Amino acid sequence: MTQKSLGLRAGLVSLALFTLIVGIWHIATASTGTVVKMDPEYARLIGTAAIQGKSAMPAPAEVGAKILQHLQDPFYDKGTNDKGIGIQLAYSIARVGLGYLLAVAIAIPIGFLIGMSPLMSRALDPFIQVMKPISPLAWMPLALYTIKDSGISAVFVIFICSLWPMLINTGFGVASVRRDWLNVAKTLEMSPGRTALRVILPAAAPTILTGMRISIGIAWLVIVAAEMLVGGTGIGYFVWNEWNNLSITNVITAILFIGVVGMLLDQLMAKLQRLVAYAD
Amino acid sequence: MSNAFISVQGLTRRFADTTGLGELTVFEDLWFNVEESEFACIIGHSGCGKSTILNILAGLDTPTEGHIIAGGKHVLGPSLDRAVIFQGHALMPWLSALGNVELAVSSRHPDWSRAQIREHAIKYLTLVHLDGSEHKKPSQLSGGMKQRVGIARALAIEPRVLLMDEPFSALDALTRSSLQDEVIAIRKATRQTVFMITHDVDEALLLADRILLMTNGPKASIAEIVENTLSKNRTRAELHRLPNYYPLRNHLIEFLVTRSREIAIANEPRTAERRSPPIVRPAAVFAPHTSTASVSEPVGQTSATRLSSSRVSAA
Repeated sequence: MTQKSLGLRAGLVSLALFTLIVGIWHIATASTGTVVKMDPEYARLIGTAAIQGKSAMPAPAEVGAKILQHLQDPFYDKGTNDKGIGIQLAYSIARVGLGYLLAVAIAIPIGFLIGMSPLMSRALDPFIQVMKPISPLAWMPLALYTIKDSGISAVFVIFICSLWPMLINTGFGVASVRRDWLNVAKTLEMSPGRTALRVILPAAAPTILTGMRISIGIAWLVIVAAEMLVGGTGIGYFVWNEWNNLSITNVITAILFIGVVGMLLDQLMAKLQRLVAYAD
Repeated sequence: MSNAFISVQGLTRRFADTTGLGELTVFEDLWFNVEESEFACIIGHSGCGKSTILNILAGLDTPTEGHIIAGGKHVLGPSLDRAVIFQGHALMPWLSALGNVELAVSSRHPDWSRAQIREHAIKYLTLVHLDGSEHKKPSQLSGGMKQRVGIARALAIEPRVLLMDEPFSALDALTRSSLQDEVIAIRKATRQTVFMITHDVDEALLLADRILLMTNGPKASIAEIVENTLSKNRTRAELHRLPNYYPLRNHLIEFLVTRSREIAIANEPRTAERRSPPIVRPAAVFAPHTSTASVSEPVGQTSATRLSSSRVSAA
């Protein structure tokens, strides 16, 4: 069997599973007809769910319709609590992007320092070991108090959670650059700067990119929780707001969008990873 | 001594031993020269510090005692005048063959334009017959081709001396011989000064003008220097038919098998003999092709050395 037919078969199995899940979902949330006889006035008050045996959980068709509706007009803005899902996602992506790029700018130079200097590696190790396991959200109150801006606090939380995987991977990648390559650089009388750029950076790039890929994944996980806390805008806030509106349909829609954006971010990093990979 | 291109004087290297308490002396009080345009080769067992000597010559390691003068300058660090061909080729896997050579050329000539660098790099890739494969990554090249790129990279910076650390030991016999032929051809064309480390007696006899014999480590020393008396125009095919081939080969093998151990015990550091190791020219006297008939012309004090060594081992 060729590679192509394997892909085709896997696709078919995926499709079958998807149909199965949606089917079960559809049956589970379907109306079972009138189950309770009650005063129509009262029934109107407590909603159709109570008398028709229908769950408050939306059916797949309702979620599908909602997704389509969001896709048709993703960027509308009708005031503070009614913005298109595209705008909310854009806010979240912007915060992740900003915090993440700040983390890249700090983590890679410090990672180089750690990787190249055994002294600095030892000296910074206790700090990293203590800071790394702290849940990024634990920083939130401190950030809110010192920065006094909820949006920037969310960016800070993203920054702090993206920092560690990149720092540790960069340090490791730089420290494990093969001695032979460094010796070549030395015999070619390359300056430390040129060695860092032309030898160490490309040699360590795959390891650095692995750290960056882990970081973007964590950042996207954390942004939802952070925005639930800080409120105002962003996909995390959207989810929480729709929960307060009791719109489970919108919550499920948002969950799916979060998943898709997370996947796209990961794919982007995977593409970059392939770009710097080398066969040894 | 005065016209020597490389002069190694009293070189000693000690490492902290595995316990971290004592010191391990790899080699001690080495003295030898390499002349301009000469092909010198060092031969000895593993652990006698051959690679360490080469690393010190390259400036990648520092001696515990003694020093090296190369091209009239004290060796204190790596230099573009001393190119190294590494045992494991040490090519950058993210660069193409051409990219690897270009990196070296641009280090030698930072002021050159990209086109100039490329042209120069291609010239040297062509010299080692790699034109056509210049855009391949090292992972797409065979072991022999990788080492050819390593040679091109080293030659492209036009060093005054080429240091080779068992350059062909990781290659199969056929590839090795074609690369040896390559080295012979390049040497004919450029009169490049070469210092090489090898395990291979035939490789030494084919390529080297002088062969430095090192005793076993620890505390290794140079036991003697063998002058290669074979014809300058020797080729692989006729090497074993040359009259002095077997006496030379037997001398080297006898050294590696037995004498390298015996002399290691007898040879005292900081003696006059250390400063000028005996030079020998093993040659056929009566009946060629027998090791017992080979004699060493006593240019230095070879016979004395051999006497004393046998005395010590007997005691």
